[in-house]
Amino acid sequence: MSAISFQSVSKAYPSPRGPQGATFLALDGVSLEVAEGEFFGLLGPNGAGKTTMISILAGLTRATSGRVTVMGSDVQADYAQARRKLGVVPQELVFDPFFNVREALRFQSGYFGIKNNDAWIDELLESLGLTDKANANMRQLSGGMKRRVLVAQALVHKPPVIVLDEPTAGVDVELRQTLWQFIAKLNKQGHTVLLTTHYLEEAEALCSRIAMLKTGRIVALDQTSALLKAASSNVLRFKTADTLPDALASRARITGRIVQLPAHNALEIEQYLAAVREAGVSVEDVEIRKADLEDVFIDVMKAAGEST
Amino acid sequence: MTGWQMLLYKEVLRFWKVSFQTVAAPVLTAVLYLMIFGHVLEDHVRIYDSISYTAFLVPGLVMMSILQNAFANSSSSLIQSKIMGNMVFLLLTPLSHWHWFIAYVGSSIARGLVVGGGVFLVTVWFTHLTFVAPLWILVFAILGAALLGTLGLIAGLWAEKFDQLAAFQNFIIMPMTFLSGVFYSIGSLPAFWQRASHLNPFFYMIDGFRYGFFGVSDASPWLSLAIVGLAFLIAAALAVHLLRIGYKIRS
Repeated sequence: MSAISFQSVSKAYPSPRGPQGATFLALDGVSLEVAEGEFFGLLGPNGAGKTTMISILAGLTRATSGRVTVMGSDVQADYAQARRKLGVVPQELVFDPFFNVREALRFQSGYFGIKNNDAWIDELLESLGLTDKANANMRQLSGGMKRRVLVAQALVHKPPVIVLDEPTAGVDVELRQTLWQFIAKLNKQGHTVLLTTHYLEEAEALCSRIAMLKTGRIVALDQTSALLKAASSNVLRFKTADTLPDALASRARITGRIVQLPAHNALEIEQYLAAVREAGVSVEDVEIRKADLEDVFIDVMKAAGEST
Repeated sequence: MTGWQMLLYKEVLRFWKVSFQTVAAPVLTAVLYLMIFGHVLEDHVRIYDSISYTAFLVPGLVMMSILQNAFANSSSSLIQSKIMGNMVFLLLTPLSHWHWFIAYVGSSIARGLVVGGGVFLVTVWFTHLTFVAPLWILVFAILGAALLGTLGLIAGLWAEKFDQLAAFQNFIIMPMTFLSGVFYSIGSLPAFWQRASHLNPFFYMIDGFRYGFFGVSDASPWLSLAIVGLAFLIAAALAVHLLRIGYKIRS
């Protein structure tokens, strides 16, 4: 049984522009299976449909067509069961200003019908470094602390499937590390984790499998290692203040003075360097590195852009 | 404690934590009404033969406070959690539309009764009250609070901004309460306004509630019960339907 299953799921929203009755497809026939115990990454640019997928999974939004299940329970027909098995950390930093951290966690446990959950709540507080904030009002917490409470709230009912929607957006390094250690521990204990993030190095380090989404469609879906292998295996990186010849510029990823060129073999690297020399471009800090997920991501998005 | 009980408890705690604003303030408002209207009209208005104006006014003010606060409770809680975004915590739970309904309306009844009880305890010293049929008092207090809590739930789901909710409150709830016979017996009105008042369900809540105190009323308490009960069933059916389809809370 899949932990999460999307079967030909589409979601149409009324189009904000265009004529009355016009719709735009936020999700276009997405099918995806996430196995129990996987650490799965969902990547894509803004507006690709990641949050729509998570909202449908969590029952916050209804799919226009298709079927979604969590541990075999349909998120619409059998929503109570599906939601018991799912813990969602929302993207927005939301909180209830009337209550303190412990109260918020007790209420959340209660909504799931769990009595006397204090032992688990204490463990969550401890693991997330919130013990000394347990009696602080939610309003008094910093953004990072509120984020930790959101994680704790998602886990009060010990869900087998955990969904994190960009949990590290705007979060400091210390919390990121605490959070990932904790989530990795839960994953080792058998929890399935679905993660969306803009930090590709996090996805590369944590996720065993990755789906890339663009304009509502899955454009790549594979083991993280296989995706990395399929991309150009190396990248030539250097700095320059000069203008590159067109033949190189069209293939390069340019960030300010930093130029990165995908290379499959030594010959290609030699050709790049020869072209640079011929054009009289002065370069410094030349290095060759292995391709990372960001290179794969850019390749995939470029290819998807060309095919649509 | 099952899920809906926790939500009910949380909703009660929510208003109780700010009881200075949610309980003490409306009690003070009602006392001011009593002092001003009672002072001005005590010697000029007599409604039923044996009842002084102040005695007549006290149950009206109690009921008005019950109704307004029951409405305020569910509507303000919902709009706040919609605007703050923390409604997502509830939307992610297995609570059904019935659970939401019971918890929001139940906590509204609780707030209505707490405020109504407070108004009663403070105003009862200003006059001599009788309690001819206490059960009617209780029935109308609870049913009236349930109806207004349900209307508050509908308004809270519908409104997207605080000013829309304020409009609902100022242009529908306030006029209907003020024109329902809180401050006067509709028997003293011209014929047209008497007939118009009979179309206002708020009139039956206040009239039935008052019957419990004095044993006299403008309409039969059974008629009032039937009309208020029917209004509640219609509002409840709409509220449960809106919750079931996730009106403005699930897209």
